[in-house]
Amino acid sequence: MTQTSPAPGAADTASTTASVRLEGISKSFGNSYAVNNVSLDIQQGEFFSLLGPSGCGKTTLLRMLAGFETPDRGRVLIDGQDMTLVPPYERPVNMMFQSYALFPHMSVADNIAFGLKQTPMARGARNLRVTEMMELVQISPLAKRKPHQLSGGQRQRVALARALARHPRILLLDEPLGALDKKLREKTQFELVNIQERLGTTFIVVTHDQEEAMTMSSRIALMRDGQIEQLDAPRRLYEFPVTRYAASFIGSINLFEARVLQQNGDEVRLSCDEAGADLLVRSSEKMLPGMALTLAVRPEKVRLLSPGEQSPNLVRGRIKEIAYLGGISIYHAELPSGKQVQFTQSNVQALAEQPLSWGQDVLLGWHPDSCSVLTE
Amino acid sequence: MSIPGAQRALTGRRLIIGLPWLWLGLFFALPFLFVLKLSLSESVLAQPPYLDLIREFKDGVLILAVNLGNYQLLLEDSLYFKALLSSLQIAGLSTLLTLLLGYPMAYAIARAPQHWRLPLMMLIILPFWTSFLIRVYAWIGILKNNGLINQLLMGLGIIDTPLEMLHTPFAVYIGIVYSYLPFMVLPLYATLVRLDLTLLEAAADLGCRPWKQFLRITLPLSMPGVLAGAMLVFIPVMGEFVIPDLLGGPDTLMLGKLMWIEFFSNKDWPLASALAAVLLVVLIIPFMLLRHYEQRNQEAQ
Repeated sequence: MTQTSPAPGAADTASTTASVRLEGISKSFGNSYAVNNVSLDIQQGEFFSLLGPSGCGKTTLLRMLAGFETPDRGRVLIDGQDMTLVPPYERPVNMMFQSYALFPHMSVADNIAFGLKQTPMARGARNLRVTEMMELVQISPLAKRKPHQLSGGQRQRVALARALARHPRILLLDEPLGALDKKLREKTQFELVNIQERLGTTFIVVTHDQEEAMTMSSRIALMRDGQIEQLDAPRRLYEFPVTRYAASFIGSINLFEARVLQQNGDEVRLSCDEAGADLLVRSSEKMLPGMALTLAVRPEKVRLLSPGEQSPNLVRGRIKEIAYLGGISIYHAELPSGKQVQFTQSNVQALAEQPLSWGQDVLLGWHPDSCSVLTE
Repeated sequence: MSIPGAQRALTGRRLIIGLPWLWLGLFFALPFLFVLKLSLSESVLAQPPYLDLIREFKDGVLILAVNLGNYQLLLEDSLYFKALLSSLQIAGLSTLLTLLLGYPMAYAIARAPQHWRLPLMMLIILPFWTSFLIRVYAWIGILKNNGLINQLLMGLGIIDTPLEMLHTPFAVYIGIVYSYLPFMVLPLYATLVRLDLTLLEAAADLGCRPWKQFLRITLPLSMPGVLAGAMLVFIPVMGEFVIPDLLGGPDTLMLGKLMWIEFFSNKDWPLASALAAVLLVVLIIPFMLLRHYEQRNQEAQ
């Protein structure tokens, strides 16, 4: 996972001029909200992802930034200027479309030059810029080809070069890797990050692929039903999700229903019938005894303990299922309560057989810092 | 002995491909050969009014009389050249007028909400349900000196004497544009409705204003439709006879009308045939251009 440094400002630093600011944006189609009262600040040079399942409003949000949709309520500010009602062709923003939307009757070079031709510019300077862009995305030999003569990956590059040619302050990318196969997608992810870092352009990416968002972004806004569920750096979003939805959208996770017993400083003791034991978790939030909450533990945080080993969070189970994935194996252990707990083991040694077998009794534990508390 | 499956499939395919060829051969190529043969014969006052090409076949000697006089006459008598120019002018201008009128119509229908498109297209197609001849006759009623327009204008006191509209080039253009407009709108609509609207969004996103979006994206991408529509109007109008005959005046000169006069009034079948052959050649040129363009387009896809 590559991770660029998190943006200095979060949504609450209202005084600085953000690259993009959304103020209470709402948009409905028919009688359902596509985007419902979203406020958001994105800083210059960020690689920002809007993540969510289809229909969560992420694309509508992106289209409002590009100017293709007008919000019903709220304001869109770009570099401090109100752009809410400015048409797309007057915004300092360019977009890379999911379908790429390359002009079929123009060559690769003409596609890239298209945006440059819309503003007065010397021919020489324009050609230079086109050449520069083609070099940036490594498609120089394809200059004279028509879009239909290109592969999917090449089209994606042309679309990127075309969108970047006008030096936009902000580049919007709608599922930029969606049409590529898995291998190419992984390779292109890193290239996108490299290009973004080199140019310093603010990238705002819409994606439904959590892995893609995790790999590329400095911050992720996880969306659900037209609202932002959680906005955080990828690592925080993964390690400390705040809601059940956020916890289960990204990666796999074990959830335990529990009740607060007592809080000592930031140490919270929970009683959990599902785990069949008391559990310990760290949280700085104020918790009252008796309060119901959900404890979330990632499978890789659950450790297999040797007999007699102690842990603040300790559960007993029996192996029910084993999935061998090569690098790691995923195990499902059933606790006496019937609750299934997922945990993973790196296959450090090459063994002909799994170190654990079906029906084996195991002792599992995890560190109080390695789990999070979900209140919703 | 049974025919192997593959062989049978091949025979079947040949049969299916062969049928249109047979049709074209029987009803297009063969009649045209007759016309060509007729155009090379001599006109006489007789029944039929021409002399056969084959004069004599005796002792193994075939005597043919190939008369190029009809073509010579077409070249020498400036009337025919004028008629060709006039036909080209009328067909060209009519094509342009139907394009100018038809493009906005097709565009509006293609951009209309989905449930409006079919009813709107029906409005374009509906006139076809009435006979072509009756619709042209109706224009006589509208355009003549005591017709609908003149009565209305005089009734309103805008004019004192009726406007001379019927039997003028104006009436011919009205009739042609009215009759051939659907042939322009249909192919244009078909290309415009398939246009990917994200391309326009992409153009807007790259700083292109709406009017330039049309010029640089919509128009070039709708060229196949423009060409198809232009051919569908231009080619039949070149040979049009009914409209100039009914709505045009004695000075309206068109090849179709001339052919009719030569054939029926002057009973000069060979000359009429020569005229038909020339018209065909004139029409084949734009058709070849279209084919060429289409092929290039298909290669591009």
